[in-house]
Amino acid sequence: MNIHEYQAKALLKSYGAPVAEGVAIFSADEAEAAAKSLPGPLYVVKSQIHAGGRGKGKFKELGPDAKGGVRLSKSVDEVVANAKEMLGNTLVTAQTGPAGKQVNRLYIEDGADIDRELYLSLLVDRSVGQVAFVVSTEGGMDIEAVAHDTPEKILTVAIDPEAGVTAADLAKLTAALKLEGEAKADAEKLFPILYKAFVEKDMSLLEINPLIVMKNGRMRVLDAKVSFDGNALFRHEDIKALRDETEEDAKEIEASKWDLAYVALDGNIGCMVNGAGLAMATMDIIKLYGKEPANFCDVGGGAGKEKVAAAFKIITADPKVEGILVNIFGGIMKCDVIAEGVVAAVQEVGLKVPLVVRLEGTNVELGKKILNESGLAITAADDLDDAAKKIVAAING
Amino acid sequence: MSILVNKNTKVLVQGLTGKTGTFHTEQALAYYGTKMVGGIHPKKGGETWTGSKGETLPIFASVAEGKEKTGADASVIYVPPAGAADAIIEAIDAEIPFITCITEGIPVADMVRVKARLDRSSSRLLGPNCPGILTPEECKIGIMPGSIFRKGSVGIVSRSGTLTYEAVFQTSNEGLGQTTAVGIGGDPVKGTEFIDVLEMFLADDATTSIIMIGEIGGSAEEDAAQFLIDEARKGRKKPMAGFIAGRTAPKGRTMGHAGAVVSGGKGDAESKIAAMEAAGIRVSPSPARLGKTLVEVLKG
Repeated sequence: MNIHEYQAKALLKSYGAPVAEGVAIFSADEAEAAAKSLPGPLYVVKSQIHAGGRGKGKFKELGPDAKGGVRLSKSVDEVVANAKEMLGNTLVTAQTGPAGKQVNRLYIEDGADIDRELYLSLLVDRSVGQVAFVVSTEGGMDIEAVAHDTPEKILTVAIDPEAGVTAADLAKLTAALKLEGEAKADAEKLFPILYKAFVEKDMSLLEINPLIVMKNGRMRVLDAKVSFDGNALFRHEDIKALRDETEEDAKEIEASKWDLAYVALDGNIGCMVNGAGLAMATMDIIKLYGKEPANFCDVGGGAGKEKVAAAFKIITADPKVEGILVNIFGGIMKCDVIAEGVVAAVQEVGLKVPLVVRLEGTNVELGKKILNESGLAITAADDLDDAAKKIVAAING
Repeated sequence: MSILVNKNTKVLVQGLTGKTGTFHTEQALAYYGTKMVGGIHPKKGGETWTGSKGETLPIFASVAEGKEKTGADASVIYVPPAGAADAIIEAIDAEIPFITCITEGIPVADMVRVKARLDRSSSRLLGPNCPGILTPEECKIGIMPGSIFRKGSVGIVSRSGTLTYEAVFQTSNEGLGQTTAVGIGGDPVKGTEFIDVLEMFLADDATTSIIMIGEIGGSAEEDAAQFLIDEARKGRKKPMAGFIAGRTAPKGRTMGHAGAVVSGGKGDAESKIAAMEAAGIRVSPSPARLGKTLVEVLKG
């Protein structure tokens, strides 16, 4: 689960991290009071959307010459003017896709005199199974490009969970970032704070790009991107409350209510599969036969008939879907449960597009029998290859 | 021969009394009499579990007690996510040599904690978020459907449960059969990696070919490919086919954005396929052709 920058900063501030003063606003009417509550004379007006590249992004409605999604303002009046221009409009960045995202929230922040921009992130390094710091002196840039072009400028330091952030870890990190004096002392305080926040709040990514050294020699968290481990949200009611559903696809929100792993895609063959690997492989084989999947959908292992029916309804409700492929290889999942769920959903919402079903594994004979006796127009497939060919052929007419 | 489990493996079930644990324990007992020796429940120690066909197993209050009274050398965990990490740690503390965790949805931070304990123990963990392991006609631990297996010569290792079944089903249909199928699981932090299993398959005389199934994210497939190249230089090599799921997955959705940074641009399907092919694995573009691809490799 992702949260907005202003929410991430408030969270880090509660742990004692140095962040600028700022106020989040939801309407332009609030802009003046927000700016006046800050020290000034420099302000930054930042679009709050769940996507990066905001500064270089362009507003769809404003034309190519208008300023981007993060704007420096030198007076309260300028803050108000920028807020009026930005709120409600659609920001298109390198990460939003061409449709862009509507800006419904702004963060008005006190400006900073930047001396150096650094990169810092925390994530789980799978190769060692530990939380790791990733740092670079090349802040404010696309870190993937830095990793590609100059990998020697990136340092990864994994943290032993039983020892925490040690003096030796701090020495490595501050040396790699070329920190001295007060900035180094700030970093030695900040890094253990970030680690503590990451672990306590079950984050999956904490990225500060840039982390800055100001002209007065002190450090500050200038931007913050935080994602949480969805599997750990059950123990963080405070984090769950930060979710902004307007940032998410409506079909994905409905799917999440049923605890379905669902990702909306651009193609026209709807897929319902059990198991993430098989669900990805089903998308791959559809593409192999020349079509595009409309979604990724893993109904999981322990799904009941109601959950299967819910998944089927979400898939059929997508207007792009011209055909549906159900691909089940039952292990935990029993084929008869899938069959019952599909039949129940079709009886409720009808079936306007071709449906190909491939069942294999636990209780397969029972599952096939339920589908056969339902009287529904379902095409049975023998294996995955056969299933993919049949659904592609059905769509091509 | 086989790897990790055989007809002598004695298995305790952590989470036996739940619906999932009960169903799959019945299936395991029905599969060539896999030696399921007891269940664990802190409050039901001394009671007896009864399956739907009248099967019975003793319940112990702790893994340590269960191990002492049954001589178990393996455990399988069906405990819900919130308590699963503690269940694994209990099995590690009881010095169970081989622990399989089926549970899906364990917080990553909990697995980081488990991994630290595991690294200082002599236990091996398979999973979590995996289908388990099966040696045909001998032992079934976990949730793989036994009916699709056939005793034979192919070693199968996979990050995905259902794609493991595909590989098993297809190699059975080709008449090759399996020595052992191992699902290592789809979580980022796990107990057993490709390299561990590949090493065992290379050392197992009965395993004469291998299928390896990976997916996008991380760099375990690239690490495994490098391991295979290094072993081949020492003269250890077996015919292999493979598959990588997620060629069409959108970036940044299934794969964490910063994950690619740590591994220096690795993690997408194409780089994994290239690494595996460089190690001599024939990678099938279709998940439906795993068995046929391996047959082609074996024909040379």
